[in-house]
Amino acid sequence: MRANKKILGLITLFVMLWQTGLARQVTVSPNGPIDSIKQGIIETNPGDTLLIKEGTYREYDIRVDKPMTIIGEGKVVIDGERQGFVIVITADNVTLKNVTVKHASTSFMEDYAGILIKETDNTVIENTTLVDNFFGIYLAQSSNALIKNNHITASGERETKSGNGIHLWYSKDVTIQDNYVKGHRDGLYFEFVEGASISGNLSEENIRYGIHFMYSDNCRYEENTFRNNGGGVAVMYTENVKILNNRFEDNWGASAYGMLLKEINRSRIEGNLFINNSVGLYIESTNNNEFTSNTFKQNGWGIELMANSTDNLFTNNNFLDNAFEVSTNSRQSFNEFNHNYWSQYEGYDLDRDGTGDVPHHPVRLFSILVEKQPQSLLLLRSLLIDILDAAEKIMPVLTPETLVDSEPQMTKIP
Amino acid sequence: MKALSILKYQWKDLFRGKWIIGYGLIYLLMADAMIRFGGTGSKALLSIANIMLLLIPLVGMIYGALYLYQSREFTELLLAQPLDRKTLFWGLFGGLAAPLALAFTLGVGLPMTYFGLFVSTSIRSIILILVLGNLLTVLFTGLGFWLGLRFFEDRIKGLGFALVGWLFLAVIYDGLVLLAIFLLGDYPIEEPMLAMAMLNPIDLARITVLLEFDIQALMGYTGAVFNRFFGSMMGISVAAGCLMIWLGVPLWRSMRLFNKKDF
Repeated sequence: MRANKKILGLITLFVMLWQTGLARQVTVSPNGPIDSIKQGIIETNPGDTLLIKEGTYREYDIRVDKPMTIIGEGKVVIDGERQGFVIVITADNVTLKNVTVKHASTSFMEDYAGILIKETDNTVIENTTLVDNFFGIYLAQSSNALIKNNHITASGERETKSGNGIHLWYSKDVTIQDNYVKGHRDGLYFEFVEGASISGNLSEENIRYGIHFMYSDNCRYEENTFRNNGGGVAVMYTENVKILNNRFEDNWGASAYGMLLKEINRSRIEGNLFINNSVGLYIESTNNNEFTSNTFKQNGWGIELMANSTDNLFTNNNFLDNAFEVSTNSRQSFNEFNHNYWSQYEGYDLDRDGTGDVPHHPVRLFSILVEKQPQSLLLLRSLLIDILDAAEKIMPVLTPETLVDSEPQMTKIP
Repeated sequence: MKALSILKYQWKDLFRGKWIIGYGLIYLLMADAMIRFGGTGSKALLSIANIMLLLIPLVGMIYGALYLYQSREFTELLLAQPLDRKTLFWGLFGGLAAPLALAFTLGVGLPMTYFGLFVSTSIRSIILILVLGNLLTVLFTGLGFWLGLRFFEDRIKGLGFALVGWLFLAVIYDGLVLLAIFLLGDYPIEEPMLAMAMLNPIDLARITVLLEFDIQALMGYTGAVFNRFFGSMMGISVAAGCLMIWLGVPLWRSMRLFNKKDF
């Protein structure tokens, strides 16, 4: 019996090996026997490779419903001609590489996407180019996907007529790496995503947010660049996110923030660069986070810290040449600032230990005036304002007493 | 031509007085320190602009009046010569405004050159500061001249008005604007506010500096009025026009005073 079992096992193994060895390759080409991708998919067995030769294919609603690898050779363009979805992946273990997907249709009712990935596992989308789609890559209820090296552009002008570049909904353990997104509504959109890793992406000139991130716990995003987006970046209603070494730059406007944090708890924001934004970092109802080693440079406001945020620790950050370093809307503050470098610090260091001997109050009186009456912003850099600020510094009446850095650094933190 | 020779004489006189050299040195030292310790970025330029906005109006106004009082005998001597008064006026005014402007330009420009700011920051910002500084020098020297001529016999009054005038334009005026904002903030007061800013040359210059260096912060304001105004050619031309009026009117007034004056 035991020998039998062994033999049976061996046979099964052989059959499996044989099958894998047998994985065929089906070729689609504009003037070959199979000239449509849909036809090609029908011809393939699960696990096969579908090779698409150079050419333009005018097809939409291409359903990939079995595990396979789809590879484009040369310049493969799949044009949906605004008829609906272009590619819909519903099977596990599908790999899609080297194709250009164009013109998914725009709709107010349906979220049409260039590539829709729905209820799958182990999907790989690599080196694709998406041009002028409503949504770019749309993942719903999928896990373990890898979205890498894709170039996603659209020329949206209005929020309602434009979808998101990479859209994730109810997905798990997804890796989004080295993509480029431009001109969509939100560059990257995450809702109910768990354990995603987002790195090396560049998201710019999107109509609303560079990345829009909600209810997505335990995610990590690092070394991304978000530039010149309508509203900057928004991270909301999430716990335990790691935001490391990203760049947030050139987000200008009345409601544009380098990054907006709302109801973010127990997270780490570390090593990021906020440069040239109207507001570098806007923080609201956000508790128990660590903000370390970030650089805030040449922003209108370095940090806008709303009073409903508590127990955050700001340490080892650089605040360089911001018009306002920190502003807040209350005299109370239950956050800790410690060991930061402030370019507006005017104290001295007699014992030469590198730490200033007088505490630094980063909230200027003027920022409170502007908070109450925004029009007074026009008086920025007036001598009167400098005099008022100096008087307030000597005897604080309106600025929060507890929002203070007791160990301001004398030199920039490397 | 005669105006030029008067100018030349005054030039020598000013330099002999060493005062103008000290004035230039102040700028040199400050600009040098700003760039040395603030780095060669736009931060240093911004600090220089701040000092410029503070110092030039003060010195221009007070020295404009003071110089007229100091050179009274010289003026009277020249009046006895076959010169028309217009020539004499422009000679005297140019002889003061030009060295002051030069002192500023050299004092600020030299450190910028030897620290290589022309390479590391935008040329536009540097040109803006230099042009604005020269414009303010001429403008406030003109104002000082006017005050000096208006109260030619009463030096204390003339100097007093120059000082109070500076204090008003630099500090009190902004205080009134702030007060207006807090009293009337619930009304749409952006346009009147812009008009108020246009009426004060220091504010005009300050807002121009803001537009160059603090545009991120200005863009953070929720009202569309400022953004539209500052972003448009209209805004810039209105601002430039107002500065020209501020430049022209005091000079015109003081020339008329000078023409009619019985010395």
